[in-house]
Amino acid sequence: MRVRDTVPFVAAVVATVLLVVTGGGDPAADDDFLGGRQLRLMAPASPGGGWDQTAREMQSALRDIAGRTEVHNVAGAGGTIGLSQFARYRGDPTQLMVTGLVMVGAIESNDSPVTLAATTPLARLTTDYEILTVPAASPIQNLPDLAAQMRADLRAVSFAGGSAGGAEHILAGLIAEAVGADPARVNYVAHSGGGEALATLLSGRATAGVSGVSEMEAQIEAGTIRAIGVSSPQRLPGIPDVPTFKEQGVDVELANWRGIVAPAGISAADETALEELIVKMTGTDTWRETLTRRGWGDATLTGPAFDTFVRSEQQTVTDVLVKMGLA
Amino acid sequence: MQDLLTGFADALTPANLFWAFIGVTIGTAVGVLPGIGPALTVALLLPVTFRLDPAAALIMFAGIYYGGMYGGSTTSILLNTPGESASVATALEGNRMARSGRAAAALATAAIGSFVAGTIGTVLLSVAAPFVADIATGFGPPEYVALMAVAFVTVSALLGPSLLKGASSLVIGAAVGLVGIDTLTGQPRLDFGVPSLLDGIDVVIVVVALFALGETFGHLVEGTGGSRVEPLRGAPMLSREDFRRSWPAWLRGTALGFPIGSLPAGGADVPTFLSYSLEKRLSKHRHEFGHGAIEGVAGPEAANNAAAAGVLVPLLTIGLPTSATAAVILTAFQSYGLQPGPQLFTESGDLVWALIASLYIGNVLLLVLNLPLVKVWARLLAIPAYYIYAGVLVFACLGAFAAGGTVADVLILTVLGLVGLLMREAGVPVAPAIVGLILAPLAEQQLRRALALSDGDATILVSGPLTVSLWVIAILALLAPAAVKFWRSRRPAPS
Repeated sequence: MRVRDTVPFVAAVVATVLLVVTGGGDPAADDDFLGGRQLRLMAPASPGGGWDQTAREMQSALRDIAGRTEVHNVAGAGGTIGLSQFARYRGDPTQLMVTGLVMVGAIESNDSPVTLAATTPLARLTTDYEILTVPAASPIQNLPDLAAQMRADLRAVSFAGGSAGGAEHILAGLIAEAVGADPARVNYVAHSGGGEALATLLSGRATAGVSGVSEMEAQIEAGTIRAIGVSSPQRLPGIPDVPTFKEQGVDVELANWRGIVAPAGISAADETALEELIVKMTGTDTWRETLTRRGWGDATLTGPAFDTFVRSEQQTVTDVLVKMGLA
Repeated sequence: MQDLLTGFADALTPANLFWAFIGVTIGTAVGVLPGIGPALTVALLLPVTFRLDPAAALIMFAGIYYGGMYGGSTTSILLNTPGESASVATALEGNRMARSGRAAAALATAAIGSFVAGTIGTVLLSVAAPFVADIATGFGPPEYVALMAVAFVTVSALLGPSLLKGASSLVIGAAVGLVGIDTLTGQPRLDFGVPSLLDGIDVVIVVVALFALGETFGHLVEGTGGSRVEPLRGAPMLSREDFRRSWPAWLRGTALGFPIGSLPAGGADVPTFLSYSLEKRLSKHRHEFGHGAIEGVAGPEAANNAAAAGVLVPLLTIGLPTSATAAVILTAFQSYGLQPGPQLFTESGDLVWALIASLYIGNVLLLVLNLPLVKVWARLLAIPAYYIYAGVLVFACLGAFAAGGTVADVLILTVLGLVGLLMREAGVPVAPAIVGLILAPLAEQQLRRALALSDGDATILVSGPLTVSLWVIAILALLAPAAVKFWRSRRPAPS
């Protein structure tokens, strides 16, 4: 009977495929501490956003020095959903997760049961600045225009951005405070990622969009949205025409840093080995090229210095969020 | 159009065709495993393509993608075990057809429908993508609220004979869909303090649990494990009558699938539900629905494939994946060095057109390879149920584990499978639960977002021509059946 013949065939094809998929990784030169196992990188956000980009760029930069790594996305709630899942990998040095300012804020504002204490901070990698945009058809030309509208009727000015309590939300609060409006009354509409927020902005329903520079660059170049300010201390080389907030008389500066953590409970030797691997990765040509292409600032920081940095960020972010009535 | 032809020239080399052939074959082989939908198939097989040069990798990927989609439809029809929400509507009538000995016709109308929709979808994508993208970006939260209203009103055909039971199923699905951390406020909901529920419940797991596990447990409870279905009765493939009934459904399915798939919050599931409802309303053979109406397979299957082409619009123009499969495609693009965005077509046009051509070639190859195999697949039904459903159980668990990578997912799968069994025993249809699962969270999120944008002013929901037209359609769809009934009762038939 024909069917009986095809079943073993299908099974054989599947088995072969699974073997190729799972077993065919190129053996890497120096992954002794991994014992030949594959690193898994979690991007705690949906595909397309800053964390996802970081994870995927790391994946390609790591290919030559640690073999193939797997990137998986766990989206939502400023990365705290990913964090709660990541905490379950306790003691497993093959699991890494991208983190950053957004997660620090989300842990506070979501009152997350799992905090960064459930991780081993390894390294800070990049800083990305935030950009304020309006739809191309908007009458708003610059930050003073927007500030005037915010002073006139704060609730009528809606900001579309990433998850509640994230870098974008914090920035909206800081801008409100700097222009003399109440940060707790900002009309901020949260989305689960930069792509979704962009869709709402493009529909023309939101007054302004707040997002990472790298997430909006393509749209700004294409002219579908207009950038009216950037949160960096100086203008950025990639977008020299966009003035900083400070230039326009709004005293706000915010760096959205991103870094990498391992689960808590890994051995000191594994921690050192992972840190060394990441520092080595930041020196590769692939990673250097990535920083230029994405417009990310190099902010490599490891060891106790990074631990201290994370603690001070937690303090700063908590202060801002309390002022905004979010924590 | 010129660019598309160049794309074809790039893709149509003997070596590339060979890779497309391999892709379609292994895509179908993995996609046909019950409980493993296209997204998972592509994710599992994607690494296979990494060692090829970009053009060959793209075309093999396209083969895997279409193979996985078609494989998924095959198991939905034969075994009533869809591996993703977009195949649920296909399973409804398809499985009824299979059980009454018309499996080959169901598989054939699915394959040809996919091909027709894929062809039109590809042409629309290459001709109208920029234009469609402009309209699609006009869709903000208020427009989605109105679209969801249309969807809720029109999917009533999916609720089945009993309104109460159908609505209960819808509510069960909605409740499952709302589990997890709320995006807008970050508050956990319906998680009962269980951390693994914070991330919500994966749609794939719910679909596989309610259908595949429900079906398996059903056989167990009823003791029908030894039963087998006579695979072929009557007309072997598509009869002339079948074809006559199928082609308008293919076109209507395509007309729904492509535009809705193109929306930045579209996806492929909503159009399949809408297509099923539309076919049921328009059909001259409405009494056949629920017993295996061919339109009910042709329409949703075409809608699914047209939407798959439509989903590429937001993906390519704003880099926004709107379905599970699209998220995997985005990963594939990035691994081939493509960065979706408004400048994708100008910056890496060659590769994009090669991809679009590849998708089309994958589609054609699929038809060529699978149409002759339709009867072979149909013979699967001759195997006694307990052999098949033992395999279903294994692959459903494997699929659930592969999707989330945690044991918790397998436990959730089992619990929902038991819920599916209870629903089945109580005569509650499971398809509305999937509709509730998809539509309810989307509608809720967009409604709250719209009201946030307007600072609580509800008039935003009817602002703009698009929203008003959509609300009018919703109201008409709601009132039309009642009005027709009233009119008929006032003027009784002269018999």
